[in-house]
Amino acid sequence: MTKKKLRILIAKPGLDGHDRGAKVVARALRDAGFEVIYTGLHQTPEMIAEAAIQEDVDVVGLSILSGAHMTIFPEVMRLLKEKGGGDILVIGGGIIPKEDMEALENMGCGRLFGPGTPTQEIVDYLREKFPDRA
Amino acid sequence: MSSADIERIRRERQRWEAGVDKKTHEDFQTVSGIPVDILYTPAEIEGFDYLAKLGFPGEYPFTRGVRKNMYRGRLWTMRQFSGFGTAADTNRRYKFLLEHGETGLSVAFDFPTLYGRDSDDPLSRGEVGKCGVAISSLADMEVLFDGIPLGEISTSMTINGPAAVIWAFYIAAAEKQGVPSEKLRGTIQNDILKEYIAQKSWLFPPEPSMRVITDIMAFAAKKVPKWNTISISGYHIREAGSTAAQELAFTLKDGFTYVEAGIKAGLDVDTFAPRLSFFFNSHLDFFEEIAKFRAARRIWAREMRHTYKAKKPESWLLRFHTQTAGCTLTAQQPENNIVRTAFQALAAVLGGTQSLHTNSMDETWALPTEKAVLIALRTQQLIACETGVINVIDPLGGSYYVEALTDKLEEQAYEYFRKIDALGGMVKAIEHGYPQREIAEAAYRYQKAVEEGRRTVVGVNKYVIEGERLEIPILKIDERVEKEQHERLAELRRRRDNSRVKRTLADLRAACAGKDNVMEPILEAARAYATLGEICGAMKDVFGTYQEPPMF
Repeated sequence: MTKKKLRILIAKPGLDGHDRGAKVVARALRDAGFEVIYTGLHQTPEMIAEAAIQEDVDVVGLSILSGAHMTIFPEVMRLLKEKGGGDILVIGGGIIPKEDMEALENMGCGRLFGPGTPTQEIVDYLREKFPDRA
Repeated sequence: MSSADIERIRRERQRWEAGVDKKTHEDFQTVSGIPVDILYTPAEIEGFDYLAKLGFPGEYPFTRGVRKNMYRGRLWTMRQFSGFGTAADTNRRYKFLLEHGETGLSVAFDFPTLYGRDSDDPLSRGEVGKCGVAISSLADMEVLFDGIPLGEISTSMTINGPAAVIWAFYIAAAEKQGVPSEKLRGTIQNDILKEYIAQKSWLFPPEPSMRVITDIMAFAAKKVPKWNTISISGYHIREAGSTAAQELAFTLKDGFTYVEAGIKAGLDVDTFAPRLSFFFNSHLDFFEEIAKFRAARRIWAREMRHTYKAKKPESWLLRFHTQTAGCTLTAQQPENNIVRTAFQALAAVLGGTQSLHTNSMDETWALPTEKAVLIALRTQQLIACETGVINVIDPLGGSYYVEALTDKLEEQAYEYFRKIDALGGMVKAIEHGYPQREIAEAAYRYQKAVEEGRRTVVGVNKYVIEGERLEIPILKIDERVEKEQHERLAELRRRRDNSRVKRTLADLRAACAGKDNVMEPILEAARAYATLGEICGAMKDVFGTYQEPPMF
């Protein structure tokens, strides 16, 4: 039986327009063979949670460089749970100080990737998390 | 040099090359991917016409610099882009920087302000004061410049979508200090085209945005004659991942598009062109950056003079601000960023910049601490006072390599101009997503090169310290900022004359729907303490909003 492909939603929440990282990551994940959907800019947490459920994704990747991560990550996770997507893994990247990364991971967030992370590291992490998916 | 001399150099070179190891000969490129030779000689710039290509500083085509005396006459303005928290927090930082020898101000606004939204707008949640200062009305602007004489200092403001409104707050704040608009010096970025291309903080669709910009140019020519009305910006294009040639080409093409819009709106090119200025990135590749700055000046001068028929030399010269490349900083071993920034700053100075921002070492983690920003400012002062590079104008002019590279970048820029023209001009090209795609491609190529080890990033893919611990302090923005801003806004809305606010906003809507210059009614609304969100909201009522199609 062929394995089902991993589906990932890459999202740019809030007003932050820095989309270089989100686009590079989206493309690298697609090149790695995953199914990738990119939301585009200026998404509210509600819009992201809604899209994640509708698209039936396994993973939501949030890219935040504006410093709003401590507000946005918990809000997206709360909304996902509320809408029945509590099993969706939330990961992310951006300008996020180490202590905030730890705090978010303690709240149940998946791995957060800082500047300079090779995209392969994200791919490896996802393969390890979802061994029965292609 | 005669062609016989050049022939002799070519023959001698062949002889010399026989002894050069082939491996050191191939596959060397600039950071943007321009292949470079191991050595440059007069043969690589054969037929070089000194007077036509370089001339003299302060004279057409300005390749060597825009001023006759360059840094002997006046140093570049040391201008640190800065803003965080409330207006009062940022006011303290400005005074700190000025005390330590900064010579101009540069305001970084938070995301809500960049999008024309008040601090208490629902979409502003979590973003207030985070990566810039929160400015929601004239009242905040008054606090931001409290105790700073606006008649004496020049201020640059990185604001685009709501540029007209923030500028009106500034003009009104100066009025409160008793400074007439005629005396104000500074810059609003106001470069909406690069927002659609790279930075992505727009308010209205392209067409009404262009109309507001021509209104600003016309208003400035009459009332704020010393103000730079657009800072045509390549910085964000480069940060988004472009090559040097793309930065150069897209930025200049944006510039020509504004000039064409001004002419089309019935303005005489010589009334507004002298107030256009530029903003470039200074990236890693030392010589490529210097060549880019020199090529930019030459292209702008030629096109302004010959294509757009500007008659005043001030309309031909390309003045620019530079910021070192934030995207080249690393989170790993952040102290190394001090050195990266120093090299990039030196390239900007050798390239003849008029003003400079040097990044702080901690900016991949957060906004800079006082200590980090002070080192960044000291870096500029070291270059100015200790290295001796300011003594001679354009000291790399005449270098076979730098001249060949300047020519090469110029040639690549013109190739892009032709492609954009074939798409129907810059606005159409942006609507097709052409520059956005070119930039995303270049960004991905660069990332691949780093990951495959073809490009070295010290501390990231080579010379890594395993289990490295961060040893520098990081600035934290207090969550109280958002609450304080909410309270200030509630108080403002209670205390101001709300019927006057309503009246001025109605006048503004009428101007937007008609043909009158929008600056006067915006200024009236600002004086009445209408908020940023209210004023931009009134404009959106008429102009509509914009969304770009997502692509990667």
